[in-house]
Amino acid sequence: MASTVSKQVMWNRLISVVEEQAQALVRTAFSTSVREAGDLSAGVYDAQGRMLAQAVTGTPGHVNAMADAVPHFMRRIGVETMKEGDVYITNDPWEGTGHLHDITVVTPSFRNGVLVGYFACTAHIVDIGGRGFGADANSIYEEGLYIPIMRFADRGEVDQTLMRIIRGNVREPDQLVGDVYALATCNEIGHRRLIEMMDEFVLADLEEVSAFILENSRRATLEKINALEHGIAHGAMIIDGFSKPVDLRVRLEITKDRVLADFDGTSGLDAKGINVPLVYTKAYTCYAIKCAIAPEIPNNAASLAPFEVVAPENSIVHAVHPAPVALRHVIGHMIPDTVYEALDQLLPRRVPAQGAGTLCNFQVSLRPRTDVAAPEGTRRSEVLTFNSGGSGARPSVDGLNATAFPSGVMTMPVEATEHAGPVIVWRKELRPDSGGVGEFRGGLGQFMEVGAQEGHEFDFSAMFDRVDHPALGRVGGGQGGPTTIARSDGSTMQGKGRQFVPHGQRVLLAFPGGGGYGPAHARDSDHVFRDLVRGYISEQSARDDYGLSEDLIQAALDQARLGEPTA
Amino acid sequence: MSMEFRLGVDIGGTFTDVVLETPEGMTSIKVLTTYAAPENAIIEGMNRVCERAGVPTSAIEQIIHGTTLATNALIERRGAKTALITTQGFRDVIEMRTESRFEQYDLDLVLPDPLLPRQQRLTVLERIDANGDVLIPLDRAEVEALCDQVAEAGYESVAVGLLHSYLNDAHERMIGDVFAQRLPHVALSLSCEVSPQMREYERFNTVAANAYIKPLMKSYLGRLAGRLQEQGAVCPIFLMHSGGGIISLENAAEFPVRLVESGPAGGAVFAAHIAGRHGLDKVLSFDMGGTTAKICLIKNQTPKTARVFEVARTYRFKKGSGMPISIPVIDMVEIGAGGGSLARVDALNQIRVGPESAGSEPGPACYGRGGLKPAVTDGDLVQGKLDPNNFAGGSIQLDQAASEVALKAHIGDALGLDTVEAAFGLTEVVDENMSNAARVHAVENGEDLSEYTMIAFGGAAPLHAARLCEKLGIERCLVPSGAGVGSAIGFLKAPFSFEATRSVFIEFTGFEPVIIAQTLAELREEATTFVRSCDADAPITAEYKVYMRYRGQGWEIPINLTAEQAANPDRATYQALFEADYTQLFGRTVAGLAIEATVWAVNATTPPAPVEAVAPAAADAGNKAEVAPNSSGQRDIFDAGLGRSAAAVVIERDAFMLGHTAPGPAIITEDETTIIVPSSRTASVHSDGCIDLRTKG
Repeated sequence: MASTVSKQVMWNRLISVVEEQAQALVRTAFSTSVREAGDLSAGVYDAQGRMLAQAVTGTPGHVNAMADAVPHFMRRIGVETMKEGDVYITNDPWEGTGHLHDITVVTPSFRNGVLVGYFACTAHIVDIGGRGFGADANSIYEEGLYIPIMRFADRGEVDQTLMRIIRGNVREPDQLVGDVYALATCNEIGHRRLIEMMDEFVLADLEEVSAFILENSRRATLEKINALEHGIAHGAMIIDGFSKPVDLRVRLEITKDRVLADFDGTSGLDAKGINVPLVYTKAYTCYAIKCAIAPEIPNNAASLAPFEVVAPENSIVHAVHPAPVALRHVIGHMIPDTVYEALDQLLPRRVPAQGAGTLCNFQVSLRPRTDVAAPEGTRRSEVLTFNSGGSGARPSVDGLNATAFPSGVMTMPVEATEHAGPVIVWRKELRPDSGGVGEFRGGLGQFMEVGAQEGHEFDFSAMFDRVDHPALGRVGGGQGGPTTIARSDGSTMQGKGRQFVPHGQRVLLAFPGGGGYGPAHARDSDHVFRDLVRGYISEQSARDDYGLSEDLIQAALDQARLGEPTA
Repeated sequence: MSMEFRLGVDIGGTFTDVVLETPEGMTSIKVLTTYAAPENAIIEGMNRVCERAGVPTSAIEQIIHGTTLATNALIERRGAKTALITTQGFRDVIEMRTESRFEQYDLDLVLPDPLLPRQQRLTVLERIDANGDVLIPLDRAEVEALCDQVAEAGYESVAVGLLHSYLNDAHERMIGDVFAQRLPHVALSLSCEVSPQMREYERFNTVAANAYIKPLMKSYLGRLAGRLQEQGAVCPIFLMHSGGGIISLENAAEFPVRLVESGPAGGAVFAAHIAGRHGLDKVLSFDMGGTTAKICLIKNQTPKTARVFEVARTYRFKKGSGMPISIPVIDMVEIGAGGGSLARVDALNQIRVGPESAGSEPGPACYGRGGLKPAVTDGDLVQGKLDPNNFAGGSIQLDQAASEVALKAHIGDALGLDTVEAAFGLTEVVDENMSNAARVHAVENGEDLSEYTMIAFGGAAPLHAARLCEKLGIERCLVPSGAGVGSAIGFLKAPFSFEATRSVFIEFTGFEPVIIAQTLAELREEATTFVRSCDADAPITAEYKVYMRYRGQGWEIPINLTAEQAANPDRATYQALFEADYTQLFGRTVAGLAIEATVWAVNATTPPAPVEAVAPAAADAGNKAEVAPNSSGQRDIFDAGLGRSAAAVVIERDAFMLGHTAPGPAIITEDETTIIVPSSRTASVHSDGCIDLRTKG
């Protein structure tokens, strides 16, 4: 009996250990993407390389990738050659987490000279050389420095040759070196806690606790799956893509002990870097299904195992080397909405309408103006920002305004972004009328306006979707507002790719809203009234889309002017 | 300051605690909090405690007050009609938050509403950049027009938060001037004064919170002062702030957001005082009540402080589900674990405890008031840790059968455990949750808890403290007397203090000693002025701190500076201090990277309350100590270390005297709580009444 309770305690402890590991990474990392936005993951593994716990801090895109990564390291490095003090590294998109910008570090954990487990962590760094973070590459070779699975530290000695190669190939070498150290540090902190736990419970190895965690997780996951009606459904969604629109298709099959997602029929590779390694497709497919049917079961090797994800090789969701994959998130973030198109048929009134999906990220490469002599004090700088559109309305509640789904990252404070380089964010606020109409309204997107400090020009690397294919509503709900992008002088810009912005110009952005759920006429008029008071919708939308009476419209506008709260 | 009669008052969620300090000692009382007019409970408590001590209210020379009113007003959204004035283009900063979900797997997640709805957020055309330079000047005429709008709408309070105002406050001050001239009756809060720190979401939210509760707190504090005077207490009143010091009534009314979490801060000061008495340099304070547990690190008798914390969490105490407030605050972790926390078994066959709480109505199943789910108190009762006939001084009769039914139905049946095993599983999980919180907190601060002593207080803490020590590898735990009113006692031990902070970026490649020395001198002046307004004579010391990081990092670590280092800044010294602390926290430094400083802070404080050292007698008195008389018989308790039930002697705390020892398993009872001494520990008592639990052998 005591052993059941103590195994429960150890499971909780491991979950707490990986949280500590992730927090240590946030506190020591250099890239804004990690320290402000939380684009990272951390996990602990048994000696067989099975993931036992993964930090909740972080983003779902790393879910399965992290679970798969450690076995790759074991195979490539050779378990028999591993020594205490070793630290391994890679940014291999196929054996890591999907693009060269994610650095994964794995540390074997030794106790009394015996290898008892592993710690792994991943962080999205701002620059890895090559063309810079963006969609423009034609192959992986143009996307930056590739670090195969190798030793970063050999028995505690950092490989200085590797560090020199890294420093020589990236735009922000101090930042990147700092981040690699931060990754190694966070595994070290996890390792120390694990050893303390093993001392406290007098464990020689993790076998027993591992079996307990994995068996309970497997059983619980299967119970959830087997409580569902068996069946097959198809889902499809068309999105912008880069060179041409992309047709995402999935066939979802729920059977005993298994959920299969088959992406047969999905478009082939794009010529540019928005292709997705299968490991990343798996991550967002699993995430979407788990949210809908088993949200409380933590991620580990066993709870992920019953979800099977397949796709034809060289489809856009199963890109193989050397396809360009830097912006694999642009397509990857659309996978949950595609999966939900199918799941909605098997599990009605459970999943949301389509949302913005893809994060509305962009990278700004600033430099002293080149059209005339640049003033003193101007400089080169890379600035990456993460931003979100609106999420899809849910069956019984509105979508979330300007909030990431499915990604788990945060935005960066504008004040921090402006300290990172000579960029100026002139506007960042909600975008009225961009939420799809419905009984439950889609989440609002946002407006942004971006320029540079006096004396600078910049390249703007756009990573947006839903320009031509806005989020669709569900059960009669309306579609969300599409993405728009233009220069302040009126010239048009593309939703994806690196584009020059001359001195004095700004980029005007409107990010997409989520789709609505249910017909607009069914919306509670109190909610319409509230939306108008808050300015989430315009007078015209209140009148035309929702049929709010003239009296109520006038009352709402008065209330807005007088700052009166709504019920 | 040599005062003889002082009153400490802590308004909590359920009880208002009043402590009167006289030359003869302390007298305390608990009365029910009166929500509608909180001052009523204070008056009642004051009159009763004075009567009991035989002291007229007019003899009270000073009143120190802490309250959850500010926190509750934020949680319950009971503030004034407030407008936020902000930079054009950034109207929605406090609503868009971090653009993320604090619970990633909940498809129906709802985010908390911003403190001020969108129609109450107004904008002005202006812009300051990240160097503090003006990109778009603010037009005074536009501000005047805004005044008219604010007047027409009848706002009672106005918050001003503009981008980069922590670097250049000119625009915020212009708005402040215009409003002060044209609308003097409207309360005003500027972010450059309330919280001059980088990161707009935190700063805007903090200034909005300050403005939102300002009229309410101002009126409450005014009423309170009046009522106290009517009752003959004509002495000055001071307020406990979240940073662990006290400030004047006027400053509290100006910056009420600094009163948030003043009660728990008092608890930490109480623990720090006990630490001083016993000469302990490393203390973990553990305060466990009915719904939450608070854990705080106290080094060198000073509670650790932080610059940001989160109030009003809306989703299972989850990080990110509340609103961030950036003010100097005692750094605590608060988790949903208390005597009333409810347990269940989840889909993974794991026992989960809290944060849902049974509260006092219906309460745990054993209260017999209709509660059907097992709470932590039910688990304690079934393991023999509580006496059903003598709970809360006998005021509540506990129903053990009801606890057993609840444990069986919700845990035992699901997991195939008998009732005692289920009870153990429940308390073991809640103890592990608290231990994990303590562990994470220690790691974040680079501390090793095995070198620490625990100080436990609050009604539920002494039941669980020794088990936490076993889990955390802590050898010693003190349970002070007066543990039930610890916060109010802490108020009486707190110094006058005020921390002034400012964001000023200094890159170490271009180290600027003049600017640094000047910044610190100005902050010292600002902080000292606040403290001087409370006490005209006391010596005031300044504590200097700088937050540093590698250039490019987002999280700074605090570095303490001496007065000499503050007056004559030296690059090599600052760098060495940073590298030493960084190594302590994270294991190694990062070679070859530039260092920068971001935030500067000066805490001005009067000396801490004098401490009467307690002779460290208990420890070495072992062989001549007398085993305590078995004063109330014995009963079986479940002993986690042994993994089975064991017979424990029951001792009344009043009968447990200096020189006695009680080897575990033993139970020490008093009206307000019960101290569990497990088989791994031996209890003894100090001359100040502290019970000392140490590992055997």
